Amino acid sequence: MEIINLEGTEETPKVILDKDNGIFEISGRSLPEDVRTFYQQILDWLDKYAAAPNPETKFTFKLEYFNTASSKMILDVLTKLEGISGAKVIWYHHDDDEDMEEAGKEFQDIVDGLPFEFKTY
Amino acid sequence: MKYVYELHKTMIANNLILVYEGEFTQDITKSILAMAERNMDAIGELGGVKRKVFSVMVECLQNIVKHSEELNEKDEDGLKNNAIFMLGKQINEYIVTSGNPIRNSAIPNVQAKIDRVNSLDKDGLKELYKEIIKNTEISEKGGAGLGFVDMARKSGEKLHYSFEPINDEYSFFALKIVVPRVE
Repeated sequence: MEIINLEGTEETPKVILDKDNGIFEISGRSLPEDVRTFYQQILDWLDKYAAAPNPETKFTFKLEYFNTASSKMILDVLTKLEGISGAKVIWYHHDDDEDMEEAGKEFQDIVDGLPFEFKTY
Repeated sequence: MKYVYELHKTMIANNLILVYEGEFTQDITKSILAMAERNMDAIGELGGVKRKVFSVMVECLQNIVKHSEELNEKDEDGLKNNAIFMLGKQINEYIVTSGNPIRNSAIPNVQAKIDRVNSLDKDGLKELYKEIIKNTEISEKGGAGLGFVDMARKSGEKLHYSFEPINDEYSFFALKIVVPRVE
């Protein structure tokens, strides 16, 4: 399956989606002008991946900042993951960033069929 | 040329560390954010305060970008470029202020949204955030309808606003968000 590997910028996160190596990660900053276009490629990839997923999918979110429009798209990504058996979210937050921790907990509440593990960095 | 000195004094008197007036785009948003970040880094601002100011600034600036685009399409001479953004720094707080023209017909909706946000406490805002994010779709302009809720949550303060009439079609929408310098 194709690999998505996007370098992070000051307005878009780094994205790695690599089925063969079992790496699924969105990290950095997310405040693009057009959130739909940016996240659509991730959602499309997940649709294809969902047809034949690995037995285990540990999806890492290590975000420093995301804007409110991105939060809606992140919820869409999490909702897709909820439908993939064996999927799990590793939600990182900076050890003094309570807002990012709380954001993860709120997503966990909304997408309650998806396991979350919280880690600090 | 006296206005240069007057403007300089006004900025100092109001503790304004950043003022931008003109056209708003995503690239300008990025530049303003980078300047504010550098300024906060230079004085060793607390990480939590920096993140909150950054969040509030992004939502505020991206709101203006969306609205000014609408006016640009209409090519309203004299209106399209007159949005303003300011960042002030006091001993105990940062003050994020923006001002941009909006259609008079849009005022009731904007006012209702802010009044609702201002009527809620911390838990109420959390519930409103969840309610909106579950049901919203990203608009044509790229917004999620969560900006004001997020500004209130990140700042922990009420949002201040006013609408000054410009003409029959437009008013000037001023918004002020206070971010306390405590973690």
